[in-house]
Amino acid sequence: MKQLVIRILSAGLLCVYLLSELTFAETLSSTQLINNAKEYDGQKVTYTGEVIGDTMARGAYAWININDGVNAIGVWASKDSIKEIIYRGSYESQGDIVETIGIFHRSCAEHGGDLDIHAERILKKNTGRILREPLDTRKINLAFLLAVLALGIWLLFRLIARLRR
Amino acid sequence: MLLRPGFNDIKTILFYSGKIILGLSFTMLIPAIVGLLLGEVNPCLDFVIATAIAFICGILLTESCTRHQELRWMHGMVTVAVSWLAAMTLSAVPLFLSGHFKSFLDACFETMSGFTTTGLTLVQNLDHLSRTHNLWRHLGPFIGGQGITIIALSFLIKGGAGAIKLYIGEGRDEKIVPNVINTSRIIWFISIVYLVIGTTILGIIGITIGMKPLNAFFHGTCVFMAGFDTAGFAPQSQNILYYHSLRYEIVTIFFMLIGAFNFNLHYQVWRGNAKEIFKNIEARVFLISIMFTFFLVAIGLHQLGIYPNALMLFRKGCFQLLSGHTTTGYMTIYARQFITDWGNLALVALIIAMANGGSICSTAGGIKMLRLGIAFKALREDIKKMLLPDSAIVIQKFHHIKDIFLTDNQARGVLTITLLYIALYLGGALAGMLYGYPFLESLFESTSAAANVGLSCGITDAAMPVGLKIIYIIQMWAGRLEFVAAFALIGFFVAAIKGK
Repeated sequence: MKQLVIRILSAGLLCVYLLSELTFAETLSSTQLINNAKEYDGQKVTYTGEVIGDTMARGAYAWININDGVNAIGVWASKDSIKEIIYRGSYESQGDIVETIGIFHRSCAEHGGDLDIHAERILKKNTGRILREPLDTRKINLAFLLAVLALGIWLLFRLIARLRR
Repeated sequence: MLLRPGFNDIKTILFYSGKIILGLSFTMLIPAIVGLLLGEVNPCLDFVIATAIAFICGILLTESCTRHQELRWMHGMVTVAVSWLAAMTLSAVPLFLSGHFKSFLDACFETMSGFTTTGLTLVQNLDHLSRTHNLWRHLGPFIGGQGITIIALSFLIKGGAGAIKLYIGEGRDEKIVPNVINTSRIIWFISIVYLVIGTTILGIIGITIGMKPLNAFFHGTCVFMAGFDTAGFAPQSQNILYYHSLRYEIVTIFFMLIGAFNFNLHYQVWRGNAKEIFKNIEARVFLISIMFTFFLVAIGLHQLGIYPNALMLFRKGCFQLLSGHTTTGYMTIYARQFITDWGNLALVALIIAMANGGSICSTAGGIKMLRLGIAFKALREDIKKMLLPDSAIVIQKFHHIKDIFLTDNQARGVLTITLLYIALYLGGALAGMLYGYPFLESLFESTSAAANVGLSCGITDAAMPVGLKIIYIIQMWAGRLEFVAAFALIGFFVAAIKGK
């Protein structure tokens, strides 16, 4: 019984800690962060968006770039924390949507003055997917029609030139 | 008395414009083939459609307007002005079909920005744009930087006295060798050698910083083309900040700098005349101007204490400054940070750097170093004349590939172009203010457009007023062609209406 009480209390304390962590990390957009960089410099923030481009590993850490639909911000994260990321946004795929909780830097001393976020925790909110764009039949028809027309006009002028000679 | 242009004049202009459009249509096959190889079928179709349209336009113009007379100066200038506008419109077709532009005007803005090596962008959701379309965005500066008519001169137009008129109409003041066709081919040769070297270096660095090999070399090609051609486009929305790499920034700076140097200077160095770099007036003025403007940027940034140490200040300040001065427009900060973080002094220094620009006969824009050097020499000559007795003969000379004596005609020409650039910068700033933007932001964006730089403080956006988009397109076009061809086109229309 005593052990159960201790476990419940421990779990409760952990929940309070995690909640406080989340509460203090204000959820912000890229525009808010960039336009008010001085205000948020050194603060814990929550930033959500799509992982785009490459994951660039640098030792035990890696750079990922997260786009919230307006701007993309670089996030410096441990390799372990980004293990769950599968899809990265590009022409071929919709990237995973992740929530980053970390320290925002207006000009990061560790990274040559970059505006970045040093992630403490990265939570995957949505898994991305491969984008398969269906063939656009209107484009196929138009391309074929114009290519034939171009070839026809060129041949016509060649023929006229030969006849003139 | 103005002479009304005749039917034959119009046919001559359209004939040469057709040749240039034909050249453009062939270049659009490059992204079409790349798209096919990468399995990007819909983007590939966009380029097949655009190539066919451009080819039809080109063939109709060249075949129906068969040349009747030799190309005169007026024809050459108007041909260049018209061809650039036609190239902007036709090249915008595949970009518009991509669905990443809110309007056809935005796609036209993008292609004019590319061809003029400006780099201001209105693309939406760039991080999801296909490689095929992205390649075309970056090929634009590579074609326009060397010169749209230079392609036609190199491959489609046979020699003759007419070629020089097209060449000069495109804002090139000097030839590398006496023959214009050979000059065009040398410019292409130099550019392609650097393209191979640049892509390889940036590709390898890309792999070392954690990019996948295909992406690393694709980015390397794009970043080189837009860096060497001082355009400032990048394949990702964060521009060069995307890479988070000092190595990548250093190599990019190197290519921006060599891109801003005169092709003639490259040719001299390649021929073993390395001393020319130290003697050349352009290289000297460039160094002085960079040092002066960086000094101001450094003081401005230091006063505000944005960057905690000197190394960071140097890295950020130097990159943005050199990017502005070479008229490239690559950025490692966000556009709004120029306004929120940089402060007035650093911003004004950056505007001065952008306005000054790079070298003549390079891919850079702005007033240009040779003109600044000559203007300074002319001023020194005038001051000397005032101080010396009336009987004294004052001679000024400068070194640019060879020793040249400064003449009044040269000085007058230089000052006219310089004044026109300043008027263009201020005119655009006034337009920005009329649309409700603050003075410094308007001047920054206007200078960036007119000097073909591409740095933005946030005004350039798909949501900006249509009128301002058109004004920036005109600024980019007039700035790249160094006014003469643009004025010739206006004069042509005036003569057509008022001439006898």
